[in-house]
Amino acid sequence: METITEHSEKWTDIIEPQRNWFDWRLGDLWRARDLILLFIWRDFVSVYKQTILGPLWYLIQPILTTLTFTVIFGRIASLPTDALPDFVFYLAGSVIWAYFAECLNKTSTTFISNANLFGKVYFPRLAVPISILISNLIAFAIQFALFLIFVAYYWAKGLVAPNWSVALLPLYLLIMAGLGLGLGIIVSALTTRYRDLQFFVRFGVQLFMYATPVIYPLSSIPQKYRILILANPLTSVVEGFRYSFLGAGELNAALLTYSVVFTLLALTIGILLFNRIEATFMDTV
Amino acid sequence: MTVSISVEHVSKQYRLGAIGNRTLYEDLNRWWARVRRRPDPLAKIGDVDHGNRTDGLIWALKDVSFAVDEGQALGIIGRNGAGKSTLLKVLSKVTAPSGGRIKVRGRIASLLEVGTGFHPELTGRENIYLNGAILGMTRREIAKKFDEIVSFSEVEKFVDTPVKRYSSGMYVRLAFAVAAHLDPEIMVVDEVLAVGDAAFQRKCLGKMSETASQGRTVLFVSHNMAAINRLCSRAVLLDKGELIADGAAPEITAKYLAGAAEESGVRQWEAGNAPGTNELRLLEVGIFDEQNKSKAVFEVGEDIFIKLTYRVNESNLRFRCALNFITQGVLAFSSVEPTEATREKSGVYTSVLKVPAHLLTESEYALNVSIFSSAGAKKHYVNLRDGISFQVYDSMMALSARGDYSQNLAGVVRPLLNWTIAQNPI
Repeated sequence: METITEHSEKWTDIIEPQRNWFDWRLGDLWRARDLILLFIWRDFVSVYKQTILGPLWYLIQPILTTLTFTVIFGRIASLPTDALPDFVFYLAGSVIWAYFAECLNKTSTTFISNANLFGKVYFPRLAVPISILISNLIAFAIQFALFLIFVAYYWAKGLVAPNWSVALLPLYLLIMAGLGLGLGIIVSALTTRYRDLQFFVRFGVQLFMYATPVIYPLSSIPQKYRILILANPLTSVVEGFRYSFLGAGELNAALLTYSVVFTLLALTIGILLFNRIEATFMDTV
Repeated sequence: MTVSISVEHVSKQYRLGAIGNRTLYEDLNRWWARVRRRPDPLAKIGDVDHGNRTDGLIWALKDVSFAVDEGQALGIIGRNGAGKSTLLKVLSKVTAPSGGRIKVRGRIASLLEVGTGFHPELTGRENIYLNGAILGMTRREIAKKFDEIVSFSEVEKFVDTPVKRYSSGMYVRLAFAVAAHLDPEIMVVDEVLAVGDAAFQRKCLGKMSETASQGRTVLFVSHNMAAINRLCSRAVLLDKGELIADGAAPEITAKYLAGAAEESGVRQWEAGNAPGTNELRLLEVGIFDEQNKSKAVFEVGEDIFIKLTYRVNESNLRFRCALNFITQGVLAFSSVEPTEATREKSGVYTSVLKVPAHLLTESEYALNVSIFSSAGAKKHYVNLRDGISFQVYDSMMALSARGDYSQNLAGVVRPLLNWTIAQNPI
């Protein structure tokens, strides 16, 4: 008798109005790993199939950006570059920055651009932003390979000095990805309610770049503004990345710790909001 | 018998009107007021917020409860807006209920639409994997079923062609094939049978009844009562968000059809409140089929007869009747009596308009009824908006203006016209 009752109470799923704030269902996400892989592959293949130059675009973009920076900020405005060759200085900044910016831009439209799909079928919604992070990692890998070629070239000429701290690359990427994801899903959750935010993001990310030492080194910032730039959790990553691969910049354990804490905070808030919105956003879009 | 789905007091409430229309400024303003313990600055006067306001809210589902046994096929029927789609959405976890809960045993696969997430640039093969994963299969499961899916869909030759080059029929077949091979314990299906040609529809129905006979649970929403009766042993009827009947499928479908006809096939007025003037009063508007049976639901291939019955209280009254057909928010067309005939004697008259088969499209039509004279000064005796409404559907037997085209065919009318094809001399 007892076994029957027990059996009849063994439900696989209970659908209820609101889930607990901390019920993140990461198990579901793990079970959806094949889906994440297929999303990544879809994004890659569809870009490849729809454009003539295909993955070459991943290279053209940073080269053109870097050339523009070199001409405008390096040659015309003559901004300092920590005594590094200006081309590779800007390339370093734009490659690592582009990863963050793309992650943030793309994850921030998760709900809006997938409304149709989300309205028809359930799967762990976080699969979409996570697949975006990994897709962008592919683009980053291609751009990073290009960057390494230039690093090798300048290294041979003795102009840059990569060092042991290149081992920190995974940490830099994790911070960039985590922050991009955290901020991106916060925005994506909020845009389901406040559409005006959507317009703000792209342009906000652009402005944010100027508040990060991408086109200038931290060392060129006057002491009284330094604290402002240091408050930006991306500063330590961009500076650290340049220090590791080029040998000039600032690698600071305290600052990196601050960035990690900030990232974890943004991720937690992001996932909390995301899960909250996920349950009913189809009614508001 | 084990229960496979238990729906307990499920409600779903939507806010009407201002959906997604809030601005950050308004919400910040409200929040700031709450922080200072001031009243909501943007609330309307008299709009006391107890959190249970019902104005501007609509109950798409209201306290719906039922349980489905393992291996049972349940039909869900009801008129448009009865809450069927909302129920399916809640069941498929696309949106959360506002109240109540649903307990589920086993994996649910929901087919609210076929081909969800298909990417036009990808090939059939690639889309099978992508779509399968979206529906919840792992790559290994898909690989195992791959050949079966391809042969069911009958697109073997094109499996490495991008689906953007597929005909709509092929596309739908492939999409259904993926979904049909999910092998879930519970299958939730919304009208997917309204797609594809007749032969493929039969195949889909066959696959679904096979699924049900294998001890899997099927929840099936359809307007096709024949399909419901064939596939489901039991049915529930929803009306305005509430579950109003639950029982054997033939019983419930009969009730639905009877109800649909009864409710809106004929509309009558009592002498006291009949629309019209002292000279002329409208008594009845009715919609009938060829057998003179009043109905509110017609197949596109049926002639529809609209009868206006009115009492003329004056002799030698000259006027004509007119009908406006409104669908999808626009006036599809108007039809008037060709002449302003004089009704010599007072008494009750009936004017009948025959709407030939294959003119109206699959949709709901509302009729505006007017009776007027325009000789000399224009005078309206009757001007009734939204007098009555009826539904037109296509049974998809490839006899209608659709031919074998199964997807959305836009327009407010859908006449059956002739196409010819000839190759031009070079």
